[in-house]
Amino acid sequence: MAQTTPNHTQTVSGWAAHDSSGEITPFTFKRRENGENDVTIEILYCGMCHTDIHHVKDDWGITMYPVVPGHEITGIITKVGSNVRKFKIGDRVGVGCLAATCLKCEYCEESQENYCDQVQFTYNGIFWDGSITYGGYSKMLVADHRYVVRIPDNMAMDRAAPLLCAGITVYTPLKDNNLVHTKGKRIGIIGLGGLGHVAVKFGKAFGHHVTVISTSPSKEQEAKNNLGADDFILSTNPKQMQAKKRTLDFILDTVSAKHSLGNYLELLKVNGTLVIVGAPDKPIDLPAFPMIFGKRTVKGSLIGSIEETQEMMDLCWKHNILSDIEIIATDQINEGLDRLVKNDVKYRFVIDIAGQSSHL
Amino acid sequence: MAKTTPNHTQAVSGWAALDSSGKITPYIFNRRENGVNDVTIKILYCGICHTDLHYAKNDWGITMYPVVPGHEITGIVVEVGSNVTNFKTGDKVGVGCMSASCLECESCKNSEENYCDKVQFTYNGVFWDGSITYGGYSKMLVADYRFVVAVPENLPMDRAAPLLCAGATVFCPMKDNNLIGSPRKKIGVVGLGGLGHLAIKFGKAFGHHVTVISTSLSKEKEAKTKLGADDFVVSSNAQQMQSRQKTLDFILDTVSANHSLGPYLELLKVKGTFVIVGAPDKPMGLSAFPLIFGKRTVKGSMIGSIKETQEMIDICGKYNIMCDIEIVTPDRINEAYERIEKNDIKYRFVIDIASESSKL
Repeated sequence: MAQTTPNHTQTVSGWAAHDSSGEITPFTFKRRENGENDVTIEILYCGMCHTDIHHVKDDWGITMYPVVPGHEITGIITKVGSNVRKFKIGDRVGVGCLAATCLKCEYCEESQENYCDQVQFTYNGIFWDGSITYGGYSKMLVADHRYVVRIPDNMAMDRAAPLLCAGITVYTPLKDNNLVHTKGKRIGIIGLGGLGHVAVKFGKAFGHHVTVISTSPSKEQEAKNNLGADDFILSTNPKQMQAKKRTLDFILDTVSAKHSLGNYLELLKVNGTLVIVGAPDKPIDLPAFPMIFGKRTVKGSLIGSIEETQEMMDLCWKHNILSDIEIIATDQINEGLDRLVKNDVKYRFVIDIAGQSSHL
Repeated sequence: MAKTTPNHTQAVSGWAALDSSGKITPYIFNRRENGVNDVTIKILYCGICHTDLHYAKNDWGITMYPVVPGHEITGIVVEVGSNVTNFKTGDKVGVGCMSASCLECESCKNSEENYCDKVQFTYNGVFWDGSITYGGYSKMLVADYRFVVAVPENLPMDRAAPLLCAGATVFCPMKDNNLIGSPRKKIGVVGLGGLGHLAIKFGKAFGHHVTVISTSLSKEKEAKTKLGADDFVVSSNAQQMQSRQKTLDFILDTVSANHSLGPYLELLKVKGTFVIVGAPDKPMGLSAFPLIFGKRTVKGSMIGSIKETQEMIDICGKYNIMCDIEIVTPDRINEAYERIEKNDIKYRFVIDIASESSKL
């Protein structure tokens, strides 16, 4: 497959990993000309997702080097293709994980294109023209308008960036399990990181009792004081876990490390549901007894469609939900990745791509 | 806890395991007097469930010896307590896995008493009077009327017995996942044994395309010609499994041996559902990627409530669904156990308790 095609004439500065050491260095590459369905975006900010680490280090064995990661992108439109009606130059927009889908299958037709079996991602994917996709660790992006969402006016572009992946990833399970427009459920969030902290904010905004479940005792205070969580369970403390058995309606599992679901399932009431959105690469242990004796459900969920992403973004604006971030400069990306591996961030690094450090 | 109580005065012949060798030998014990809420049942037949072996051998570490197994019981009512209005002497009845529940919790009130956290089983349980419960490997049973169902006239008592556990266990997931009354789904059944063969019969009766997924190629002919399955996939054949990816709406996993779920999940369409009813004692490996990328669901389910059990057995009466069995006399229970461990049974052993060998 070609890494560039004849219409890839725009030179772009970015940052890439060249091998499985995962070290990120400056990288200049080419993007396609702005086509009739495209918008060109001057990138302001790009969030750093744990998936970026998996790709740069080739944890899943699927990386095509050099890889330019980044799928939590916010920026300003600088060019608009002739078929594009809903965006104009100067619009504040975001791009998440999707670069292309088949547009024809039952999932694409029902606004569930994230489940299209020909889905191509914003980086490490293959676009319709055969070129490899390069992500948001770059100054500029050319995106098909169908995969772009609007960022509401006055919403901070740096704190909005992680919503494009982390935000939508935790929003759709809440929506699919009737937690957006009904109040008063008891929900648990496993893992307090980029995804987990946004899930706590959504949970509280939607009127639920939120319990954070974590292996780190140090996160309890922040969870309660800063994020508004109602309860905190230290999952390594058997007494606490025992005391909370059969108390939760729903659990969102954001943890990407390998773990066993047994103890978490016991926290669910009968008929309760646990949704997995973190993606450990080794199989997770699923004991049958808690599933069977409690008639419990375990589901998977993958990001969201563009329609759901726009819906989520508008709700974030309404409820004043933004990510809690730490801004880093482009020459600090490697340091950011190292700290992210150690879980040392509250709660998302965002790369200041345009180097402006001013809120837009 | 007392093994008998003052009102346990009725001597009963049965068959019990006395230690974790699991060997079944004749055993005489006492049952309670028929109370105001009880019916006394002369047992005709009792199915042998794989769970009986797990208890006899103390596989789960919870057996109280001596244990009298058996929870697929059919028989005739011989005595009726004064509060009992829905049964009379001479009625053909069945008793399954439950002997008692709390009657007051949300699960009990919603006719989901099988999920009551104080549920007590027909054997190896502790009844309301503090006595240990003894199951259907015995000549007579005293049961609370709330845990007894009527067996339709047209069902032979021997072939109806396994419906009380195996039947309810496969029926409820089908009901819960909208497979009754909405035909032409594509469903998979993993494992062709006591549960699996009934699942095929239900699946065909409800108008679905049924695929059997098994490790044993030898089961293919019977599955198709005798049970009516539409398709058969050998799960260890990678090519067959690959060619059926994303084809099934629903899979019922009846396998009690340890296994990993990844390859089966791939058989499901996007948003498909996988229900676990077999109970391996080690955790199953759950691969996150097929769950997440396919928005799939894994659920557990355990037997059924009495209401659902009655509904199921009435449907069996209507569609003439009964188990394929091999009858054994009580002195051959150990031989049956050995053959069950080798999966050498089409598809349920039923003990001829009354040893009269005449159909009732």
